[in-house]
Amino acid sequence: MTDPAAQQWPRIRPAGLDGLLVSFGDRLSEPANRAALAFRAAVERAGWDGVEECSTSLVSVYLRLDPLAADPGTIRAQADALLAGRNWYDAPLPQGRRLWRIPTVYGTGLAPQLHEAAQEAGLGVDDAIAHLSGTRLRVQTIGFAPGQPYLGELPPEWDIPRQTALTDSVPVGALTVAIRQVVLFSVSTPTGWRHAGQTAIRLFRPESATPFILRPGDEVLFPQVTPEELENMRSDADGGARAEALA
Amino acid sequence: MTRALIVRQAGPGLSLQDTGRPGYLVYGLSRGGAADRLALAEGAALLGQPGDLAALEMAGMGGAFEATQTIRIALTGAPMQAAIDGTAVTWNASHTLAAGATLTIGAARAGVYGYLHVGGGFDGPVTLGSRSAHLASGLGARIESGASLPVGPDKGGETGLALPVDDRFSGGTVRVVPGPQTGLFPDDEIARFDATQFTRDTRGNRMGVRVVPDGDGFAPEGGLSVLSEVIVPGDIQITGDGTPFVLLAECQTTGGYPRIGAVLPCDLPRVAQAAAGTGLRFRFVTPGDGVQAMSRARAHRKALAKSAHPLLRDPHTIRDLLAYQLISGVTDGGL
Repeated sequence: MTDPAAQQWPRIRPAGLDGLLVSFGDRLSEPANRAALAFRAAVERAGWDGVEECSTSLVSVYLRLDPLAADPGTIRAQADALLAGRNWYDAPLPQGRRLWRIPTVYGTGLAPQLHEAAQEAGLGVDDAIAHLSGTRLRVQTIGFAPGQPYLGELPPEWDIPRQTALTDSVPVGALTVAIRQVVLFSVSTPTGWRHAGQTAIRLFRPESATPFILRPGDEVLFPQVTPEELENMRSDADGGARAEALA
Repeated sequence: MTRALIVRQAGPGLSLQDTGRPGYLVYGLSRGGAADRLALAEGAALLGQPGDLAALEMAGMGGAFEATQTIRIALTGAPMQAAIDGTAVTWNASHTLAAGATLTIGAARAGVYGYLHVGGGFDGPVTLGSRSAHLASGLGARIESGASLPVGPDKGGETGLALPVDDRFSGGTVRVVPGPQTGLFPDDEIARFDATQFTRDTRGNRMGVRVVPDGDGFAPEGGLSVLSEVIVPGDIQITGDGTPFVLLAECQTTGGYPRIGAVLPCDLPRVAQAAAGTGLRFRFVTPGDGVQAMSRARAHRKALAKSAHPLLRDPHTIRDLLAYQLISGVTDGGL
Protein backbone atom coordinates (compact mmCIF):
# COMPACT_ATOMS: atom_id res chain seq x y z
CA MET A 1 0.00 0.00 0.00
CA THR A 2 1.32 3.44 -0.82
CA ASP A 3 1.62 5.93 1.98
CA PRO A 4 -1.22 8.44 1.47
CA ALA A 5 0.99 11.12 3.00
CA ALA A 6 3.41 10.67 0.12
CA GLN A 7 0.74 11.91 -2.29
CA GLN A 8 -0.20 14.83 -0.08
CA TRP A 9 2.97 16.91 -0.34
CA PRO A 10 3.93 19.32 -1.66
CA ARG A 11 0.66 21.15 -1.46
CA ILE A 12 -0.57 24.70 -2.17
CA ARG A 13 -3.32 26.24 -0.09
CA PRO A 14 -4.74 29.76 0.23
CA ALA A 15 -3.65 31.56 3.40
CA GLY A 16 -6.19 34.31 3.91
CA LEU A 17 -7.23 36.47 0.97
CA ASP A 18 -3.76 37.78 0.37
CA GLY A 19 -1.59 34.72 0.80
CA LEU A 20 -0.64 31.34 -0.60
CA LEU A 21 1.08 28.66 1.44
CA VAL A 22 3.23 26.06 -0.32
CA SER A 23 3.90 23.25 2.16
CA PHE A 24 6.44 20.46 1.76
CA GLY A 25 5.24 18.42 4.73
CA ASP A 26 3.52 18.60 8.10
CA ARG A 27 6.60 17.52 10.04
CA LEU A 28 10.07 18.95 10.12
CA SER A 29 12.48 17.00 7.94
CA GLU A 30 15.76 18.00 6.41
CA PRO A 31 14.62 17.40 2.79
CA ALA A 32 11.38 19.36 3.33
CA ASN A 33 13.34 22.23 4.88
CA ARG A 34 15.75 22.27 1.92
CA ALA A 35 12.81 22.11 -0.49
CA ALA A 36 11.19 25.16 1.13
CA LEU A 37 14.42 27.19 0.99
CA ALA A 38 15.05 26.28 -2.65
CA PHE A 39 11.45 26.90 -3.73
CA ARG A 40 11.45 30.34 -2.15
CA ALA A 41 14.66 31.23 -3.98
CA ALA A 42 13.03 30.11 -7.24
CA VAL A 43 9.91 32.24 -6.57
CA GLU A 44 12.15 35.24 -5.88
CA ARG A 45 13.96 34.69 -9.17
CA ALA A 46 10.68 34.28 -11.06
CA GLY A 47 9.45 37.72 -9.91
CA TRP A 48 5.75 37.04 -10.59
CA ASP A 49 3.44 40.06 -10.81
CA GLY A 50 1.23 40.41 -7.77
CA VAL A 51 3.63 38.69 -5.34
CA GLU A 52 4.44 41.30 -2.70
CA GLU A 53 6.82 39.22 -0.63
CA CYS A 54 7.85 35.66 -0.06
CA SER A 55 9.00 34.00 3.15
CA THR A 56 9.84 30.56 4.48
CA SER A 57 9.09 28.79 7.72
CA LEU A 58 10.49 25.35 8.58
CA VAL A 59 8.93 23.36 5.74
CA SER A 60 6.78 25.84 3.83
CA VAL A 61 6.88 28.94 1.68
CA TYR A 62 4.45 31.82 2.14
CA LEU A 63 3.63 34.19 -0.70
CA ARG A 64 1.92 37.45 0.15
CA LEU A 65 -0.19 38.64 -2.76
CA ASP A 66 -2.18 41.64 -3.75
CA PRO A 67 -5.36 39.89 -4.92
CA LEU A 68 -6.61 43.16 -6.43
CA ALA A 69 -3.47 43.68 -8.52
CA ALA A 70 -3.18 40.15 -9.90
CA ASP A 71 -5.46 37.14 -10.06
CA PRO A 72 -4.51 34.74 -7.24
CA GLY A 73 -5.56 31.90 -9.58
CA THR A 74 -2.85 32.91 -12.05
CA ILE A 75 -0.21 33.02 -9.34
CA ARG A 76 -1.36 29.66 -8.05
CA ALA A 77 -1.08 28.17 -11.53
CA GLN A 78 2.44 29.58 -11.84
CA ALA A 79 3.33 28.09 -8.45
CA ASP A 80 1.86 24.72 -9.48
CA ALA A 81 3.94 24.70 -12.63
CA LEU A 82 7.11 25.66 -10.75
CA LEU A 83 6.46 22.94 -8.16
CA ALA A 84 5.96 20.31 -10.84
CA GLY A 85 9.17 21.36 -12.60
CA ARG A 86 11.52 19.41 -10.34
CA ASN A 87 11.86 17.28 -7.24
CA TRP A 88 12.35 20.04 -4.65
CA TYR A 89 13.22 17.55 -1.90
CA ASP A 90 16.61 16.92 -3.48
CA ALA A 91 17.35 20.59 -4.14
CA PRO A 92 20.76 21.80 -2.94
CA LEU A 93 21.16 24.04 0.09
CA PRO A 94 21.39 27.81 -0.49
CA GLN A 95 24.61 29.33 -1.87
CA GLY A 96 26.99 31.32 0.31
CA ARG A 97 26.54 29.28 3.45
CA ARG A 98 28.85 29.87 6.39
CA LEU A 99 29.98 27.98 9.48
CA TRP A 100 29.62 30.08 12.63
CA ARG A 101 31.30 29.47 15.98
CA ILE A 102 29.34 31.32 18.66
CA PRO A 103 30.95 31.22 22.14
CA THR A 104 28.46 30.07 24.77
CA VAL A 105 28.25 29.84 28.53
CA TYR A 106 26.30 26.75 29.57
CA GLY A 107 24.38 26.87 32.81
CA THR A 108 25.49 29.18 35.66
CA GLY A 109 23.32 32.13 36.60
CA LEU A 110 23.48 33.23 32.95
CA ALA A 111 21.49 30.22 31.67
CA PRO A 112 19.58 28.86 34.66
CA GLN A 113 17.69 26.02 32.97
CA LEU A 114 20.62 23.84 31.81
CA HIS A 115 20.09 21.28 34.60
CA GLU A 116 16.37 21.09 34.00
CA ALA A 117 16.85 20.69 30.24
CA ALA A 118 19.51 17.98 30.73
CA GLN A 119 17.18 16.16 33.11
CA GLU A 120 14.33 16.30 30.55
CA ALA A 121 16.73 14.84 27.99
CA GLY A 122 17.81 12.13 30.44
CA LEU A 123 21.42 13.30 30.34
CA GLY A 124 24.00 14.31 32.91
CA VAL A 125 25.03 17.95 32.75
CA ASP A 126 28.44 17.19 31.22
CA ASP A 127 26.90 15.05 28.49
CA ALA A 128 24.28 17.71 27.84
CA ILE A 129 26.99 20.35 27.39
CA ALA A 130 28.94 17.96 25.14
CA HIS A 131 25.84 17.52 22.93
CA LEU A 132 24.98 21.19 22.78
CA SER A 133 28.54 22.38 22.16
CA GLY A 134 29.57 19.54 19.87
CA THR A 135 26.61 19.15 17.53
CA ARG A 136 26.91 21.05 14.28
CA LEU A 137 23.48 22.63 13.84
CA ARG A 138 21.96 24.22 10.78
CA VAL A 139 19.77 27.34 10.53
CA GLN A 140 16.45 25.91 9.32
CA THR A 141 14.53 29.16 9.23
CA ILE A 142 14.56 32.70 10.57
CA GLY A 143 11.39 33.73 12.32
CA PHE A 144 9.29 34.73 15.31
CA ALA A 145 11.51 37.76 15.96
CA PRO A 146 13.90 39.64 13.65
CA GLY A 147 16.98 37.63 12.72
CA GLN A 148 16.07 34.83 15.13
CA PRO A 149 17.09 31.33 13.97
CA TYR A 150 15.54 27.94 14.52
CA LEU A 151 18.45 25.49 14.43
CA GLY A 152 18.53 21.73 14.17
CA GLU A 153 18.88 19.01 14.70
CA LEU A 154 20.00 17.93 18.16
CA PRO A 155 20.42 14.20 19.00
CA PRO A 156 17.18 12.26 19.68
CA GLU A 157 17.49 12.63 23.49
CA TRP A 158 16.60 16.29 22.99
CA ASP A 159 13.07 15.63 21.77
CA ILE A 160 11.85 17.37 24.92
CA PRO A 161 8.61 19.35 25.13
CA ARG A 162 8.38 23.08 25.61
CA GLN A 163 7.46 24.12 29.15
CA THR A 164 3.76 24.54 29.74
CA ALA A 165 4.38 27.74 31.70
CA LEU A 166 6.31 30.52 30.03
CA THR A 167 9.57 31.93 31.36
CA ASP A 168 8.83 35.64 31.89
CA SER A 169 11.76 36.76 29.84
CA VAL A 170 15.03 35.47 28.38
CA PRO A 171 17.77 37.94 27.42
CA VAL A 172 19.08 38.69 23.93
CA GLY A 173 21.54 35.93 22.95
CA ALA A 174 19.82 33.22 25.02
CA LEU A 175 20.34 29.68 23.70
CA THR A 176 17.15 27.72 24.33
CA VAL A 177 16.17 24.13 23.60
CA ALA A 178 13.07 22.01 22.86
CA ILE A 179 11.91 19.41 20.29
CA ARG A 180 15.47 18.69 19.06
CA GLN A 181 15.88 22.33 18.09
CA VAL A 182 17.76 25.34 19.38
CA VAL A 183 16.36 28.85 19.23
CA LEU A 184 18.88 31.63 19.74
CA PHE A 185 16.99 34.73 20.87
CA SER A 186 17.42 38.02 19.00
CA VAL A 187 15.10 39.94 21.33
CA SER A 188 14.23 39.69 24.99
CA THR A 189 10.88 37.96 25.26
CA PRO A 190 8.80 35.42 27.23
CA THR A 191 9.25 31.84 26.00
CA GLY A 192 8.38 28.23 26.66
CA TRP A 193 11.81 27.06 25.49
CA ARG A 194 14.37 26.17 28.19
CA HIS A 195 17.28 28.54 28.63
CA ALA A 196 20.39 26.30 28.64
CA GLY A 197 23.11 28.61 27.31
CA GLN A 198 23.97 32.26 26.92
CA THR A 199 25.85 33.94 24.07
CA ALA A 200 26.88 37.55 23.48
CA ILE A 201 25.87 37.75 19.82
CA ARG A 202 23.36 40.36 18.66
CA LEU A 203 21.46 38.76 15.81
CA PHE A 204 19.41 41.85 14.90
CA ARG A 205 21.29 45.09 14.28
CA PRO A 206 18.79 47.53 12.79
CA GLU A 207 21.39 50.30 12.58
CA SER A 208 23.80 48.19 10.53
CA ALA A 209 24.09 47.65 6.77
CA THR A 210 23.65 43.93 7.57
CA PRO A 211 20.78 44.01 10.07
CA PHE A 212 20.18 40.25 10.06
CA ILE A 213 23.27 38.18 10.83
CA LEU A 214 22.36 34.51 10.29
CA ARG A 215 20.85 33.07 7.10
CA PRO A 216 18.97 29.82 6.51
CA GLY A 217 21.46 27.13 5.57
CA ASP A 218 24.25 28.55 7.75
CA GLU A 219 25.77 26.03 10.15
CA VAL A 220 26.53 26.84 13.76
CA LEU A 221 28.66 25.45 16.59
CA PHE A 222 28.30 26.71 20.16
CA PRO A 223 31.71 26.14 21.81
CA GLN A 224 31.78 26.42 25.61
CA VAL A 225 33.45 29.43 27.27
CA THR A 226 33.56 30.67 30.86
CA PRO A 227 31.37 33.55 32.07
CA GLU A 228 34.55 35.69 32.32
CA GLU A 229 35.48 34.96 28.71
CA LEU A 230 31.96 35.80 27.55
CA GLU A 231 32.03 39.05 29.50
CA ASN A 232 35.20 40.06 27.64
CA MET A 233 33.54 39.27 24.32
CA ARG A 234 30.62 41.61 24.97
CA SER A 235 32.58 44.58 23.65
CA ASP A 236 32.85 42.80 20.28
CA ALA A 237 29.89 43.44 17.96
CA ASP A 238 29.72 39.73 17.16
CA GLY A 239 30.08 38.66 20.80
CA GLY A 240 33.17 36.65 19.91
CA ALA A 241 31.40 34.79 17.09
CA ARG A 242 33.42 34.00 13.97
CA ALA A 243 32.26 32.81 10.55
CA GLU A 244 34.01 30.96 7.76
CA ALA A 245 32.69 30.23 4.29
CA LEU A 246 31.42 26.72 3.62
CA ALA A 247 32.37 25.23 0.29
CA MET B 1 13.25 77.32 15.99
CA THR B 2 12.92 73.83 14.53
CA ARG B 3 9.50 72.73 13.46
CA ALA B 4 8.49 70.33 16.17
CA LEU B 5 5.64 69.16 18.33
CA ILE B 6 6.53 69.18 21.99
CA VAL B 7 4.88 66.53 24.12
CA ARG B 8 4.03 68.33 27.37
CA GLN B 9 2.26 65.32 28.78
CA ALA B 10 2.18 61.85 27.24
CA GLY B 11 -0.52 59.23 27.62
CA PRO B 12 0.77 55.70 28.30
CA GLY B 13 0.68 54.36 24.76
CA LEU B 14 2.11 56.91 22.33
CA SER B 15 4.29 55.85 19.40
CA LEU B 16 5.09 57.03 15.90
CA GLN B 17 3.54 54.82 13.24
CA ASP B 18 3.41 54.80 9.48
CA THR B 19 2.64 52.01 7.01
CA GLY B 20 5.36 49.84 8.54
CA ARG B 21 8.06 47.63 7.02
CA PRO B 22 6.74 45.23 4.40
CA GLY B 23 9.25 42.79 2.92
CA TYR B 24 11.08 41.64 6.04
CA LEU B 25 8.88 38.66 6.89
CA VAL B 26 11.59 36.28 5.69
CA TYR B 27 13.96 37.87 8.23
CA GLY B 28 11.52 37.43 11.08
CA LEU B 29 10.38 41.05 11.24
CA SER B 30 6.64 41.63 10.94
CA ARG B 31 5.39 44.63 9.04
CA GLY B 32 4.09 46.55 12.05
CA GLY B 33 2.90 50.09 11.40
CA ALA B 34 -0.37 51.73 12.41
CA ALA B 35 -2.80 49.37 14.15
CA ASP B 36 -5.63 51.06 12.23
CA ARG B 37 -4.42 51.51 8.64
CA LEU B 38 -7.61 53.24 7.58
CA ALA B 39 -7.07 55.95 10.20
CA LEU B 40 -3.66 56.62 8.68
CA ALA B 41 -5.25 57.02 5.23
CA GLU B 42 -7.96 59.29 6.64
CA GLY B 43 -5.35 61.60 8.17
CA ALA B 44 -3.48 61.76 4.88
CA ALA B 45 -6.71 62.59 3.04
CA LEU B 46 -7.59 65.38 5.48
CA LEU B 47 -4.18 67.00 5.08
CA GLY B 48 -3.86 66.27 1.35
CA GLN B 49 -0.55 64.47 1.72
CA PRO B 50 0.93 61.02 0.97
CA GLY B 51 -0.43 58.09 2.97
CA ASP B 52 2.93 56.80 4.19
CA LEU B 53 3.90 59.70 6.47
CA ALA B 54 4.28 58.99 10.17
CA ALA B 55 1.54 59.95 12.61
CA LEU B 56 1.36 59.75 16.40
CA GLU B 57 -0.60 56.68 17.43
CA MET B 58 -2.30 57.11 20.80
CA ALA B 59 -3.55 53.98 22.59
CA GLY B 60 -6.49 54.76 24.86
CA MET B 61 -5.66 58.41 25.42
CA GLY B 62 -3.58 61.24 24.01
CA GLY B 63 -1.82 63.89 26.06
CA ALA B 64 -0.95 67.57 25.87
CA PHE B 65 1.02 68.96 22.94
CA GLU B 66 2.44 72.27 21.80
CA ALA B 67 3.85 73.23 18.41
CA THR B 68 7.01 75.34 18.09
CA GLN B 69 5.63 76.80 14.84
CA THR B 70 2.10 77.02 13.49
CA ILE B 71 1.29 73.66 11.93
CA ARG B 72 -1.62 71.84 10.37
CA ILE B 73 -2.98 68.82 12.24
CA ALA B 74 -5.62 66.14 11.71
CA LEU B 75 -7.26 63.83 14.23
CA THR B 76 -8.49 60.37 13.21
CA GLY B 77 -9.13 56.87 14.53
CA ALA B 78 -10.71 56.24 17.93
CA PRO B 79 -12.60 59.46 18.75
CA MET B 80 -11.06 61.24 21.73
CA GLN B 81 -11.90 64.45 23.59
CA ALA B 82 -9.74 67.08 21.92
CA ALA B 83 -9.33 70.80 22.49
CA ILE B 84 -7.01 73.62 21.45
CA ASP B 85 -6.41 76.10 24.27
CA GLY B 86 -9.53 74.77 25.95
CA THR B 87 -11.82 75.03 22.94
CA ALA B 88 -13.18 71.67 21.77
CA VAL B 89 -12.17 70.67 18.27
CA THR B 90 -13.81 68.15 15.98
CA TRP B 91 -12.46 64.63 15.55
CA ASN B 92 -12.03 63.24 12.01
CA ALA B 93 -11.08 66.73 10.92
CA SER B 94 -8.10 68.95 10.20
CA HIS B 95 -7.23 72.06 12.19
CA THR B 96 -4.58 74.73 12.51
CA LEU B 97 -2.47 74.48 15.65
CA ALA B 98 -0.92 77.89 16.25
CA ALA B 99 2.61 78.16 17.60
CA GLY B 100 2.46 78.07 21.39
CA ALA B 101 -1.16 76.90 21.59
CA THR B 102 -1.86 73.77 23.63
CA LEU B 103 -3.59 70.81 22.07
CA THR B 104 -5.05 68.44 24.63
CA ILE B 105 -6.31 65.00 23.70
CA GLY B 106 -8.10 63.01 26.38
CA ALA B 107 -9.44 59.49 26.67
CA ALA B 108 -11.04 57.58 23.80
CA ARG B 109 -14.84 57.81 23.85
CA ALA B 110 -14.93 54.59 21.81
CA GLY B 111 -12.27 52.43 20.24
CA VAL B 112 -8.60 52.17 21.17
CA TYR B 113 -6.22 53.88 18.76
CA GLY B 114 -6.48 57.58 18.00
CA TYR B 115 -4.08 59.33 15.60
CA LEU B 116 -2.59 62.80 15.58
CA HIS B 117 -1.31 63.71 12.13
CA VAL B 118 0.75 66.78 11.26
CA GLY B 119 1.17 68.55 7.93
CA GLY B 120 4.42 67.15 6.50
CA GLY B 121 4.28 64.12 8.78
CA PHE B 122 6.51 63.47 11.76
CA ASP B 123 10.17 63.36 10.85
CA GLY B 124 12.81 61.28 12.59
CA PRO B 125 15.14 58.41 11.88
CA VAL B 126 14.08 55.92 9.23
CA THR B 127 15.08 52.36 10.11
CA LEU B 128 14.60 49.62 7.53
CA GLY B 129 12.39 51.91 5.49
CA SER B 130 10.02 53.13 8.19
CA ARG B 131 9.66 55.48 11.15
CA SER B 132 7.30 53.09 12.94
CA ALA B 133 8.13 51.99 16.45
CA HIS B 134 8.14 48.17 16.60
CA LEU B 135 8.60 47.79 20.32
CA ALA B 136 8.58 43.98 20.33
CA SER B 137 11.66 44.12 18.09
CA GLY B 138 13.36 46.97 19.91
CA LEU B 139 12.79 49.44 17.07
CA GLY B 140 11.91 52.97 18.16
CA ALA B 141 10.49 53.77 21.55
CA ARG B 142 7.39 54.92 23.35
CA ILE B 143 6.95 58.66 23.22
CA GLU B 144 7.30 60.08 26.72
CA SER B 145 6.47 63.44 28.29
CA GLY B 146 9.03 66.05 27.35
CA ALA B 147 9.74 64.59 23.91
CA SER B 148 10.18 66.96 21.00
CA LEU B 149 8.94 65.38 17.78
CA PRO B 150 10.39 66.93 14.62
CA VAL B 151 7.80 67.78 11.96
CA GLY B 152 8.65 67.39 8.27
CA PRO B 153 8.26 70.16 5.70
CA ASP B 154 4.60 70.85 4.90
CA LYS B 155 3.66 71.93 1.42
CA GLY B 156 0.63 73.48 3.05
CA GLY B 157 -3.06 73.30 2.33
CA GLU B 158 -6.47 73.82 3.77
CA THR B 159 -7.52 73.04 7.29
CA GLY B 160 -11.03 72.96 8.68
CA LEU B 161 -11.94 69.89 6.65
CA ALA B 162 -13.90 66.96 8.04
CA LEU B 163 -14.42 63.39 6.90
CA PRO B 164 -17.58 61.34 7.31
CA VAL B 165 -16.44 58.14 9.03
CA ASP B 166 -18.45 54.97 9.63
CA ASP B 167 -18.27 53.60 13.16
CA ARG B 168 -15.59 50.93 13.38
CA PHE B 169 -14.88 51.64 17.04
CA SER B 170 -17.60 49.61 18.76
CA GLY B 171 -16.91 46.04 17.71
CA GLY B 172 -19.54 44.26 15.63
CA THR B 173 -19.12 41.62 12.94
CA VAL B 174 -15.92 41.04 11.01
CA ARG B 175 -15.55 38.84 7.96
CA VAL B 176 -13.28 35.81 7.95
CA VAL B 177 -11.96 33.53 5.20
CA PRO B 178 -10.66 29.99 5.67
CA GLY B 179 -6.92 29.46 6.00
CA PRO B 180 -4.60 26.49 5.58
CA GLN B 181 -5.50 25.08 9.01
CA THR B 182 -9.24 25.71 9.01
CA GLY B 183 -9.62 22.09 7.89
CA LEU B 184 -8.13 20.88 11.19
CA PHE B 185 -11.35 22.00 12.87
CA PRO B 186 -14.51 19.86 12.56
CA ASP B 187 -17.37 21.45 10.61
CA ASP B 188 -19.55 21.80 13.70
CA GLU B 189 -16.73 23.68 15.51
CA ILE B 190 -16.49 26.05 12.55
CA ALA B 191 -20.27 26.54 12.59
CA ARG B 192 -20.20 27.19 16.33
CA PHE B 193 -17.34 29.68 15.90
CA ASP B 194 -19.37 31.48 13.24
CA ALA B 195 -22.38 31.68 15.57
CA THR B 196 -20.57 32.62 18.79
CA GLN B 197 -20.57 36.03 20.41
CA PHE B 198 -17.09 37.07 21.61
CA THR B 199 -15.90 39.75 23.99
CA ARG B 200 -12.58 41.50 23.52
CA ASP B 201 -10.48 40.56 26.56
CA THR B 202 -8.39 42.97 28.61
CA ARG B 203 -5.35 41.14 27.24
CA GLY B 204 -4.50 42.79 23.99
CA ASN B 205 -1.96 45.09 22.42
CA ARG B 206 -0.45 45.93 19.05
CA MET B 207 0.59 42.29 18.61
CA GLY B 208 -2.91 40.92 18.92
CA VAL B 209 -6.07 40.67 20.98
CA ARG B 210 -7.62 37.81 22.90
CA VAL B 211 -11.35 37.35 22.36
CA VAL B 212 -13.35 35.37 24.91
CA PRO B 213 -16.22 33.23 23.62
CA ASP B 214 -19.64 33.34 25.21
CA GLY B 215 -19.49 29.57 25.79
CA ASP B 216 -16.87 26.84 25.34
CA GLY B 217 -13.53 27.34 23.68
CA PHE B 218 -12.60 25.76 20.37
CA ALA B 219 -10.38 22.82 19.57
CA PRO B 220 -8.97 21.27 16.42
CA GLU B 221 -9.75 17.63 15.70
CA GLY B 222 -7.71 15.29 17.88
CA GLY B 223 -5.95 18.26 19.48
CA LEU B 224 -3.33 18.18 16.73
CA SER B 225 -0.13 19.97 17.41
CA VAL B 226 0.98 21.98 14.42
CA LEU B 227 4.45 22.78 13.24
CA SER B 228 5.57 26.39 13.63
CA GLU B 229 4.32 28.20 10.54
CA VAL B 230 4.24 31.70 9.10
CA ILE B 231 1.65 33.88 10.83
CA VAL B 232 0.39 37.25 9.62
CA PRO B 233 -1.94 40.00 10.90
CA GLY B 234 -5.56 38.89 10.73
CA ASP B 235 -4.85 35.24 11.54
CA ILE B 236 -7.06 33.85 14.29
CA GLN B 237 -4.99 31.50 16.44
CA ILE B 238 -6.73 29.09 18.78
CA THR B 239 -4.51 29.08 21.85
CA GLY B 240 -3.99 26.19 24.28
CA ASP B 241 -7.12 26.85 26.33
CA GLY B 242 -9.37 27.15 23.24
CA THR B 243 -9.57 30.95 23.31
CA PRO B 244 -9.02 32.73 20.00
CA PHE B 245 -6.28 35.32 19.63
CA VAL B 246 -6.50 37.64 16.61
CA LEU B 247 -3.12 38.81 15.37
CA LEU B 248 -2.51 42.50 14.66
CA ALA B 249 0.17 44.61 12.98
CA GLU B 250 3.05 43.90 15.36
CA CYS B 251 2.59 40.12 15.68
CA GLN B 252 5.47 37.67 15.60
CA THR B 253 6.23 36.03 12.25
CA THR B 254 5.90 32.35 13.16
CA GLY B 255 3.55 30.54 15.49
CA GLY B 256 2.63 27.03 16.49
CA TYR B 257 -1.06 27.43 17.33
CA PRO B 258 -3.65 26.21 14.82
CA ARG B 259 -5.49 29.00 13.02
CA ILE B 260 -9.21 28.71 12.45
CA GLY B 261 -9.34 31.44 9.81
CA ALA B 262 -8.16 34.91 8.84
CA VAL B 263 -9.94 38.24 9.27
CA LEU B 264 -10.18 40.23 6.01
CA PRO B 265 -7.48 42.93 5.93
CA CYS B 266 -10.17 45.59 5.43
CA ASP B 267 -12.00 44.45 8.59
CA LEU B 268 -8.91 44.33 10.80
CA PRO B 269 -9.22 47.96 11.98
CA ARG B 270 -12.55 46.97 13.56
CA VAL B 271 -10.77 44.29 15.60
CA ALA B 272 -7.86 46.57 16.54
CA GLN B 273 -10.32 49.28 17.59
CA ALA B 274 -12.50 47.04 19.77
CA ALA B 275 -11.79 48.15 23.33
CA ALA B 276 -11.73 45.62 26.17
CA GLY B 277 -15.28 44.47 26.88
CA THR B 278 -16.53 45.15 23.35
CA GLY B 279 -18.54 42.48 21.52
CA LEU B 280 -17.19 40.92 18.32
CA ARG B 281 -18.50 38.25 15.96
CA PHE B 282 -16.73 36.44 13.14
CA ARG B 283 -18.57 35.53 9.96
CA PHE B 284 -17.05 33.22 7.35
CA VAL B 285 -17.38 34.50 3.78
CA THR B 286 -16.23 32.97 0.52
CA PRO B 287 -12.90 34.11 -0.91
CA GLY B 288 -14.83 35.68 -3.81
CA ASP B 289 -16.95 37.79 -1.46
CA GLY B 290 -13.81 38.61 0.49
CA VAL B 291 -11.98 39.96 -2.56
CA GLN B 292 -15.04 42.03 -3.46
CA ALA B 293 -15.08 43.50 0.05
CA MET B 294 -11.37 44.30 -0.23
CA SER B 295 -11.95 45.94 -3.57
CA ARG B 296 -14.75 48.12 -2.18
CA ALA B 297 -12.57 49.05 0.79
CA ARG B 298 -9.72 50.09 -1.49
CA ALA B 299 -12.05 52.19 -3.63
CA HIS B 300 -13.37 53.85 -0.48
CA ARG B 301 -9.83 54.64 0.67
CA LYS B 302 -8.91 56.11 -2.70
CA ALA B 303 -11.98 58.35 -2.60
CA LEU B 304 -11.29 59.67 0.91
CA ALA B 305 -9.61 62.88 -0.24
CA LYS B 306 -12.68 63.70 -2.33
CA SER B 307 -15.08 63.10 0.53
CA ALA B 308 -13.32 65.59 2.84
CA HIS B 309 -15.63 68.57 3.21
CA PRO B 310 -15.41 71.89 5.04
CA LEU B 311 -16.54 71.83 8.66
CA LEU B 312 -20.06 73.17 8.84
CA ARG B 313 -18.94 76.48 10.31
CA ASP B 314 -16.02 78.70 9.50
CA PRO B 315 -13.27 77.48 11.84
CA HIS B 316 -12.48 81.08 12.78
CA THR B 317 -15.82 81.34 14.52
CA ILE B 318 -15.41 78.03 16.29
CA ARG B 319 -15.09 79.62 19.71
CA ASP B 320 -18.45 81.39 19.42
CA LEU B 321 -20.03 78.33 17.95
CA LEU B 322 -18.85 76.20 20.83
CA ALA B 323 -20.32 78.65 23.29
CA TYR B 324 -23.57 78.43 21.41
CA GLN B 325 -23.49 74.68 21.47
CA LEU B 326 -22.78 74.53 25.18
CA ILE B 327 -25.77 76.74 25.78
CA SER B 328 -27.93 74.58 23.59
CA GLY B 329 -26.71 71.50 25.38
CA VAL B 330 -24.86 69.91 22.47
CA THR B 331 -21.57 68.92 23.99
CA ASP B 332 -20.32 66.29 21.64
CA GLY B 333 -18.13 68.61 19.62
CA GLY B 334 -19.76 67.25 16.51
CA LEU B 335 -19.70 70.63 14.82
